[in-house]
Amino acid sequence: MKLLKLITKNAGRHKLRTILTVVGLALAVMAFGLIRTFIIAWYASARASAPDRLVTRHSVSIVFTLPLAYKEQLLQVDGVEDVTFGCWFGGIYVDPKNFFANFAVEHTSFLRIYPEYIVPPDQLDAFASERQAAVVGRKLADRFGWKLGDQITLTGTIYPGDWQFVIRGIYSGKTVDTDETAFLFRYDYLDERMKEESPGRAGQIGWYILKIDDPNRSAEIGSKIDARFDNSWAETKTETEKDFALSFIQMSSAIIVGLRIVSYLIIGVIFLVLANTMAMTARERISENAFMRTLGFRGYHLVGLILGESLLIALMGGLCGMLLLYVVSSGVGVALSQFFPGFEADAMTYMLTTATAILIGVAASVFPINRALRIKIVDGLRVVD
Amino acid sequence: MNAPIVKILGLFKSYYRDSLEIPVLHDINLDIPQGQFLALMGPSGSGKTTLLNLIAGIDRPTSGTLAVAGEEIGKLTEQQMAKWRSRHIGFIFQFYNLLPVLTAYENVELPLLLTSLSRKERKEHVETALSIVGLSDRMKHYPRQLSGGQEQRVAIARAVVSDPTLLLADEPTGDLDKNSAEDIMTLLARLNKEYGKTIVMVTHDPRAAEKANFVRHLDKGELQQ
Ligand SMILES: Nc1ncnc2c1ncn2[C@@H]1O[C@H](COP(=O)(O)OP(=O)(O)OP(=O)(O)O)[C@@H](O)[C@H]1O
Ligand SMILES: [Mg+2]
Repeated sequence: MKLLKLITKNAGRHKLRTILTVVGLALAVMAFGLIRTFIIAWYASARASAPDRLVTRHSVSIVFTLPLAYKEQLLQVDGVEDVTFGCWFGGIYVDPKNFFANFAVEHTSFLRIYPEYIVPPDQLDAFASERQAAVVGRKLADRFGWKLGDQITLTGTIYPGDWQFVIRGIYSGKTVDTDETAFLFRYDYLDERMKEESPGRAGQIGWYILKIDDPNRSAEIGSKIDARFDNSWAETKTETEKDFALSFIQMSSAIIVGLRIVSYLIIGVIFLVLANTMAMTARERISENAFMRTLGFRGYHLVGLILGESLLIALMGGLCGMLLLYVVSSGVGVALSQFFPGFEADAMTYMLTTATAILIGVAASVFPINRALRIKIVDGLRVVD
Repeated sequence: MNAPIVKILGLFKSYYRDSLEIPVLHDINLDIPQGQFLALMGPSGSGKTTLLNLIAGIDRPTSGTLAVAGEEIGKLTEQQMAKWRSRHIGFIFQFYNLLPVLTAYENVELPLLLTSLSRKERKEHVETALSIVGLSDRMKHYPRQLSGGQEQRVAIARAVVSDPTLLLADEPTGDLDKNSAEDIMTLLARLNKEYGKTIVMVTHDPRAAEKANFVRHLDKGELQQ
């Protein structure tokens, strides 16, 4: 199209204004992408969960414990192939600011049911043969510079006192979504000391993880289990690992909802920024557009000119924003890798931002186009700018 | 004299504000023969621009007939009118109406973008038009780098580049100093004499009107004899 040059020249007519608009769009696009990436990362634990794993916990709340004795009964439930358990420890390493997940697991079964935690065989053997052994995630070890054989002391919060551990294994995750920041140690170490110090709390665990033979039967198996412990001293609630992870995330769902709203507001802001620029343009070019029509240019020529300019600015903003998003999200990804495994803007986010930019480019040109086409030539020519 | 290129018969034009009718032109009858250089004079608000716009086919008469180059333009559709204008009308404005983002060359080329001329043919036309107005050395200049008189000459080059049937000028010297105005008038007179262009020019300036070979006065929407 011969008018292509005019589109780019028009977009560059007020250089400062166009640059400010593009920068505004770029920042907004980046913010939108970052929030979306953050939300996705937030749900990563749920995404990483396996469909053939159920979690059984106390029906009232995860903070209530279950008797260790349930394990044998769970194994007898039809469809349950394997059972392990975990117990939240909540220990502090030197300073509460150093927060990371640490919990006791049944060392004989836990890593069998969690094949996504990859531990070298010799380290597995070491974990099995020493009561104070701990296996930690690769990122956690990196964070504190831990090496195999290091002595670590955690100060208990739920289980009082200082607790000594020896790092005997460092696991890595099978996929980027696998959390590599957990600290796992042996339940028998915890239980043994509880028997001495407060016998009433011995033989209690936090939650069971069950491997089932058929993911399609998870609801059925879950309700069978919960029925079995109905009216017992500790009633249970069984759900898929995904629902279990989501129930944690849901605790902070208000934040997520807030973020989602903010991200939609940002789209609104992007639109207003561009629409404002295009509206100014429309006002300035009333007589110019009327003059073009006097020459014989048609409505569709003006549509092309205005839409083209709007799209051009929107796409420049979108492109700059995506570049920023790429740079910033990889930076943030490195900084937050402790908390969010796999924080990285995905292809879908880039596609969405591109689509949003195009949509906004089109939407922002509607008013100026309407204005340019509606006004009569003679009236447009009378407007002196 | 040649056959009339503009034939206006019993033409009325009113504008409507809300439901209030504002009569602007009253029973205009006018023939403009081919090759004439007509100056339209009259007080402000007498309807000169309105009449020129009607002849240019960017506005429609309320009643009466208006034929330009054998076409009764009031009967054309918007689409046909746009096409008709690009072929028959070259318009010159008081404030030049050049696009500030385009060079002199590109401004003159603009009307040719609507034709099927090749890039090379367009170049020939543009260069010819610019040489007629004496601005061959200013092709790459932007409007803000030109004087008012030069801008108006670029606008004239743009008006003639597609070789229209009729040149219409609305106070072409209204925004210029005496000398530049003189230059522009000489140029228009030359276009009329040497190139046989039919010109209708609205002006307030009696000195400008002298260059024309015919003067008509408009007063309160009526053409004086
Ligand atoms: N679009 C419009 N709507 C309403 N009234 C209009 C419109 N255009 C022109 N008029 C009126 O028509 C009358 C003639 O206007 P026109 O512009 O033709 O005058 P003119 O002779 O060109 O004046 P000037 O010498 O000041 O340019 C004026 O009273 C003007 O207010
Ligand atoms: Mg006027």
